[in-house]
Amino acid sequence: MASNNSDPLDLETLDLKNRTKLDVANGLTHLQQLEAESIHIMREVMAESDKPVMLYSIGKDSSVMLHLALKAFYPSKPPFPLLHVDTTWKFREMIEFRDKRVAELGLDLIVHINAEGVAQGIGPFSHGSAVHTDVMKTQGLKQALEKYGFDAAFGGARRDEEKSRAKERIFSFRNAQHRWDPKNQRPELWHIYNGRVRQGESIRVFPLSNWTELDIWQYIYQEAIPIVPLYFAKKRPVVERDGMKILVDDDRIPLATGESPREELVRFRTLGCYPLTGAISSTAADLPAIIEEMLVTRTSERQGRAIDHDESSSMEKKKQEGYF
Amino acid sequence: MADSAPDVEKYLQAQSAKSTLRFLTCGSVDDGKSTLIGRLLFDSKLIFEDQLAALEADSKRLGTQGDEIDFALLVDGLAAEREQGITIDVAYRFFATDQRKFVVADTPGHEQYTRNMATGASNADVAVILVDARKGVLTQTKRHSYIVSLFGIKQVVLAVNKMDLVDFDEAVFQAIVEDYRKFAAVLDGFEITPIPLSALAGDNVMQASQAMPWYAGVTLLEYLETVQVTEGLAEQPFRLPVQWVNRPDLDFRGFSGTIASGTVKPGDDVLILPAGTSSKVSRIVTFDGDLPSAGPRQAVTLVLEDEIDVSRGDLIGSASDPSQISDQLGVHLLWMHEEALFPGRQYYLKTGTRTVPCVVTDLKHKINVNTLETQPARKLELNEVGVGNLSLSERIVFEPYERNREIGSFILIDRQSFATVGVGLFDFSLRRAENVVWQTLSVDKAHRANIKHQQPCVIWLTGLSGSGKSTIANLLESALHDLNRHTYVLDGDNVRHGLNRDLGFTEVDRVENIRRVGETAKLMVDAGLITIVSFISPYRSERQMVRELLDEGEFIEVFVDTPLEVCEQRDTKGLYKKARAGEIENFTGIDSEYQRPENADLVLHTEAETPEDSAAALLQFLAKLGIVQA
Repeated sequence: MASNNSDPLDLETLDLKNRTKLDVANGLTHLQQLEAESIHIMREVMAESDKPVMLYSIGKDSSVMLHLALKAFYPSKPPFPLLHVDTTWKFREMIEFRDKRVAELGLDLIVHINAEGVAQGIGPFSHGSAVHTDVMKTQGLKQALEKYGFDAAFGGARRDEEKSRAKERIFSFRNAQHRWDPKNQRPELWHIYNGRVRQGESIRVFPLSNWTELDIWQYIYQEAIPIVPLYFAKKRPVVERDGMKILVDDDRIPLATGESPREELVRFRTLGCYPLTGAISSTAADLPAIIEEMLVTRTSERQGRAIDHDESSSMEKKKQEGYF
Repeated sequence: MADSAPDVEKYLQAQSAKSTLRFLTCGSVDDGKSTLIGRLLFDSKLIFEDQLAALEADSKRLGTQGDEIDFALLVDGLAAEREQGITIDVAYRFFATDQRKFVVADTPGHEQYTRNMATGASNADVAVILVDARKGVLTQTKRHSYIVSLFGIKQVVLAVNKMDLVDFDEAVFQAIVEDYRKFAAVLDGFEITPIPLSALAGDNVMQASQAMPWYAGVTLLEYLETVQVTEGLAEQPFRLPVQWVNRPDLDFRGFSGTIASGTVKPGDDVLILPAGTSSKVSRIVTFDGDLPSAGPRQAVTLVLEDEIDVSRGDLIGSASDPSQISDQLGVHLLWMHEEALFPGRQYYLKTGTRTVPCVVTDLKHKINVNTLETQPARKLELNEVGVGNLSLSERIVFEPYERNREIGSFILIDRQSFATVGVGLFDFSLRRAENVVWQTLSVDKAHRANIKHQQPCVIWLTGLSGSGKSTIANLLESALHDLNRHTYVLDGDNVRHGLNRDLGFTEVDRVENIRRVGETAKLMVDAGLITIVSFISPYRSERQMVRELLDEGEFIEVFVDTPLEVCEQRDTKGLYKKARAGEIENFTGIDSEYQRPENADLVLHTEAETPEDSAAALLQFLAKLGIVQA
């Protein structure tokens, strides 16, 4: 390759004019490729598992996943129910959106709440984020999967979200205790997925594995997918907690004496339990503005989540224990 | 914010015009692979501030670069990896430039992680093979190159890293390139692009190196942005493996799947394999409306013009250029499990959307992935590559891997644990005739049987010469004839006068003898006949083979159990005498083995009963099975 040509940017040997030939040859755009891959994954699960379910967390990724499911099985409806593990601390607008969306589409929705956790009065303010998330979310999910005997569960996780997820398979095998063993994952080559499980074992399937946050937003825009209004900037009452702006969504949030919520123009990049999800200051009130903000943003989206900060491998630990 | 819309619109259009390149990086612990990827992510501004803050903290605690940022820590995701400073599993990374979107499969380099490398290679278009400039082409470089080549990647970057540690010396670089080209000459169709770089400092990663003015070629990123990947899938014949039968109501029946190659449009003639039925495509259905045509990698639902039987695992393909079908295949295997592969053990094979039981019948050799030498092998251990033959319990549709990765590849699944234990590539069918598509006839076995008011089957009489098989067969046929049954007798001696005239009595010929008779009996059953076969058929495996040729319940194995002494005493044809005198070789019972049936459907003891009694007992047994009325 070395030559006497002193121009270090000599590109003569490469055919720059045809750089998009790959696309033209396949006739598919980047998003179309991602869409087709996700649809393939969903159909594969449907065909191979006895009792699949889609975990529906109401967030933007779930919205995209649901939209892909509508496409994958059309003209049939998605042939599985949606499952929402409700921690009882979700934003009210999320629950409204969930019920409206499910009714519009005529889908089956299972809402599971960990009754033991409720009986013990578990909550993020009284017990902290770790206990609350473990009992209401991780344990709640296990209860629901066991109660209904689901052997395959779709989740909206993406590999670009977090380092340990970058290494997780699309078909992620869980033993009868719902544990993920990162050192003993099933090899996953080409587009051949092995979804076989024995009694009690299950797989978590991540059809959005290869999507990035920007892909998600672009797709929501392109397909006009409905999302929870909390993603759009609006004046909302917030208080400061551990450096995060927390929305005062109901009167369960303890306020210091004399403290009163401030009205600020904020939005959310991710949605979860309202006391654990920080808002960002933003003026982005529509999708183009959100995408534009994405392009200049210098903070990754998981930063708004309280549960990842404890230590740098905390997500991997949670996943081994059965967190989605 | 409304005024931002046109800009974003423009941006999104530019985005959707971008192509995606999937590439693989391979190299060992110290080659600086993770550093290189971290550098690409960092330089393309895909590291966010909070990630950078965590990275800076981690760098101080665990890093190997003093106070400098250790980019490897950004990429090595699992806690165990960060502690040990190695990359264990495949990690997928995403970044984009103005030209392209990239999916990087970051794979480990150690020999014990060959399987992880293969995983990364299976979906990659391009491989970046890292070499440490101080060390040159090592055993591992050869191993990585072989795996990359085996999994069908043609475009390879030889990234000679750490040039800063050899004073950016051109001679060092040239020597490594020459060395590598010499080695890579044996690998099929490799297109090598060598680039000297320093991932740590960023030389020739994105920016042309000031320190290496002698290098006039592209930087790594320029290469990745412009490399041409022509899979040619669109030019190949149409193939769609059926994933799922879409049946929302009685009025709609569609076949959902992802197009593996070729294009399709309504009106196209298609062939459904392996059945061989044909139809025409009437619609290409999607959520976004019917399509006028569809091509490779699109996930669609096809509606056919005819009401024919199509199910998951079938392949809808071009009628003029159909896929091959076979149940005996030559393959390359890469073993992925701690428990070794042994020929003869049963596994499930999954290819495309089809899963069938299979056996590796023959392991020809394994390939030393470091030297590329072949070595004899009786088993295949974790991370070993071998060449062998597969026997499947049903015929499958396949393409050679080098032609189509999706239809040419398979995984092997353990039948107990359901773990994925191995992967493989189809090379070729071991049977020539499998290119011939089975003719589907509109009058089938059931129709022919119905018109005869009978249930066709094969009554297979096995036993020593002189045991009374032919006599019993003759009596049975007469009895069935009297009951108005349509029958035929295939007798060993008679068939050897015609169809099998060219066969002798060696083991190989005996196996072929039974195979031909088995196939003939199958045709007769297909014709609706009750077929009586009277053959010594000494080997268990061949009787089993015939059983498997036929449908469940069609093969009735009758063991005419007469002791050798009795047969020899009878010696109706004088053959035992000749065999004893050494005039006949390979005579069953004398100098050739008879393997007694272990699970015969019926055993007849002709020593203690007359042939008439035996025939009557057999007739009674057939009545019990419902073949004849009692």
